Amino acid sequence: MSLDINTKKAKKNAWRITKERGIGASRIRVPGGYCDAEVLGMVQEIAQTYGNGYVHLTTRQGFEIEGIHLEDMEEVNKKLQPIIEKVGINQNGEDKDKGYSASGTRNVSACIGNNVCPFANYNTSNLARRIDKEIFPNDLHFKVACTGCSNDCAKVRMHDFGIIGQTMPQYDPMRCVSCNACVKGCQSLSVGALRLENYKIVRDTEKCIGCGVCVTKCPTRAWTRSEKKYYKLTIMGRTGKKNPRLGKDWLIWADEDNIVKIIKNTYAFVEEYISPNAPARKEHIGYIIDRVGFEKFKEYALKDVELMPETIMNNTVYWDGIHFDNQH
Amino acid sequence: MGYKFSKEEMASIFSKLAEDYDVFAPVVKKGDGTFSDVDVVRYDKVSSLDEIEFEKKSDYSFKEALLPINETIFYFTEDETTVPKGPAKERLVFLRACDLNAVKRLDQIYLKNGFEDFYYKRTREMTKFVLMGCKESCTSGFCVSMGTNTTDEYDLYLKLDGDNAYVEAKDEKLAEAFKSGNEEAVSPDFVSENPTKVTLPKNITPETMKSELFKEYGNRCINCGRCNFVCPTCTCFTMQDIFYKDNEKNGERRRVWASCQVDGYTEIAGGHGFRSDNADRMRFKVMHKIHDFEKRFGYHMCVGCGRCDDVCPEYISYSNLVNRLGKECE
Ligand code: HEM
Ligand code: HEM
Ligand code: SF4
Ligand code: SF4
Ligand code: SF4
Ligand code: SF4
Ligand code: SF4
Repeated sequence: MSLDINTKKAKKNAWRITKERGIGASRIRVPGGYCDAEVLGMVQEIAQTYGNGYVHLTTRQGFEIEGIHLEDMEEVNKKLQPIIEKVGINQNGEDKDKGYSASGTRNVSACIGNNVCPFANYNTSNLARRIDKEIFPNDLHFKVACTGCSNDCAKVRMHDFGIIGQTMPQYDPMRCVSCNACVKGCQSLSVGALRLENYKIVRDTEKCIGCGVCVTKCPTRAWTRSEKKYYKLTIMGRTGKKNPRLGKDWLIWADEDNIVKIIKNTYAFVEEYISPNAPARKEHIGYIIDRVGFEKFKEYALKDVELMPETIMNNTVYWDGIHFDNQH
Repeated sequence: MGYKFSKEEMASIFSKLAEDYDVFAPVVKKGDGTFSDVDVVRYDKVSSLDEIEFEKKSDYSFKEALLPINETIFYFTEDETTVPKGPAKERLVFLRACDLNAVKRLDQIYLKNGFEDFYYKRTREMTKFVLMGCKESCTSGFCVSMGTNTTDEYDLYLKLDGDNAYVEAKDEKLAEAFKSGNEEAVSPDFVSENPTKVTLPKNITPETMKSELFKEYGNRCINCGRCNFVCPTCTCFTMQDIFYKDNEKNGERRRVWASCQVDGYTEIAGGHGFRSDNADRMRFKVMHKIHDFEKRFGYHMCVGCGRCDDVCPEYISYSNLVNRLGKECE
């Protein structure tokens, strides 16, 4: 009997229809890349029972279990249920035992963050999971990623929304022994925002990117992190066939709540202005902004957003990148 | 004399005491550690009992309560100098057995080393010590090996145990505050064994100074100075003259903690430095702790608190270095 499968539905159920007829792949996104090791055993079981024994670790921090016969989709979906619960995928109630709906909005990925990394300025997985809860599931094509510090190991500048952890370094001159470790650290690893004046440190606040290197270098706790956690929000990075571009800084020293709001608000912007010709309702948000203007985007994105006084907002953002779309 | 109180009674006595004294004690500084969302335990002025961290050994020692990291020695104008006033209030410093033994080392350097240091002396004379016992040994400390696990030099012993509090007041003036309690024999908790044990080298000779160990560890050291800054017995400082920016004829002279591991320590006029090699610095530090000081004063400088091992970002274990050196010298 020939297979009779609604591929559109399957795709929106986190299945890939592969190049090999009759064979699919089950995609399991892991929000923030943070995963109870027990899940690995479950993935292994599915891969060895239903798949070809191989799993691809996806670029957006998921598992793609290869080589599954499409007839087994329903059964595999049942097997996915404990995994979905363990990794914290925001599943619709009626989807229980039926996989999860997925399309458009991509897994929120994260670098390892301050669970482990000495440079990280916040818990990236937790923020990724929080955003996951707010924006999933959704058809519109959004890519969001969280990275712990300006090293940007998560490559958030290739995302529509890139969240970079910052700390506002706090200096206690009476604990400083003028050892210069912070000055050297900022110079060699970061932007060179520090100098010694009268045996005490002067921080060039215009230059400082809030990476926190000075804090990790200081042997006396003269530098400490700010109690508040700060984030830089970079916007509209992407790669692809038309106009790959790096995300640009929009907000600096911003807070978590407003960033989450802005991302959610942007869905309304895209709903309103997405091209009617966009294939499968997928149009890069950056291209929409190119078309309708940055001011329009701001109008939507900043709805009900009250930025903290210390947050710096770049009033206009321009992107460059490579243009394949209008080259002759 | 020992007394027993409920914890609440003790808390209220303490709050009153904190009005008469400046109290310095280990406190948990939330998020102030080296890395994000990591706490640090260090000394600060406290006004209530519940601010004090009794369990975890402080990451930085009590030393800064007696020897500020930055201390202004005098202010100068064109033709005058002014010495800042000393502490206005008497102070209580909470510390453990190893640390109270370290006070003896600080006294040795600042009071009994040829002349009395004016600044140290005036603070020291205003200071009384409150011993916090150790019910269990910390993991990195080796106070037993150094003979610093006990002390009777405290003015007050204070112990919290569940809902009760116990004190032993040796200082008569302090004892006044506790007369309301039920009399009960109280003796401090001291440990008699540590998981870390150190055997000091017995016959240190000029050959010992050439040990490859200093090279090995020196090569791993990044000269950050943490081991010295957390140490309760390091006493080195440097001088800084600050000329105020608005009027460079006025300024102040400060003394500021220094570390023999950090660049600049042996630098003199003309840019000459005498211990630029890391192996030399490592040797100098270790020998100061377990040899040079002892040669001069008859007992070792190091009190085995283990803080230097805990803090080193390069996982250099001074205690293990000393043990290995001990084996080499057998
Ligand atoms: C036999 C003659 C001299 C002896 C024995 C001598 C000895 C010293 C010593 C032991 C120090 C302290 C080094 C240290 O920081 O540990 C010192 C510092 C110094 N000496 Fe001399 N000195 C002599 C001559 C001079 C002369 C002729 C001058 C100036 C022309 C001079 C200028 C200085 C200065 C400016 C410092 C401070 C250096 C610093 O803190 O970096 N000294 N001297
Ligand atoms: C070639 C000759 C000399 C060399 C290579 C030399 C080297 C040194 C070095 C390396 C130190 C620092 C020691 C340390 O940091 O532990 C020092 C300190 C000192 N030297 Fe010399 N020295 C020499 C000659 C002299 C002479 C001739 C005098 C006095 C007449 C002198 C007096 C002192 C004093 C007083 C200190 C202690 C300075 C302080 O406490 O900061 N030195 N010397
Ligand atoms: S936080 Fe600022 S001052 Fe500190 S190292 Fe980074 S850029 Fe330099
Ligand atoms: S690292 Fe810390 S102690 Fe050293 S100069 Fe910088 S602030 Fe001062
Ligand atoms: S050398 Fe290390 S173990 Fe010894 S007193 Fe200093 S910090 Fe403590
Ligand atoms: S010389 Fe080094 S080890 Fe000795 S007291 Fe000074 S800083 Fe500490
Ligand atoms: S803490 Fe470690 S790395 Fe830093 S100076 Fe001391 S031994 Fe060297």
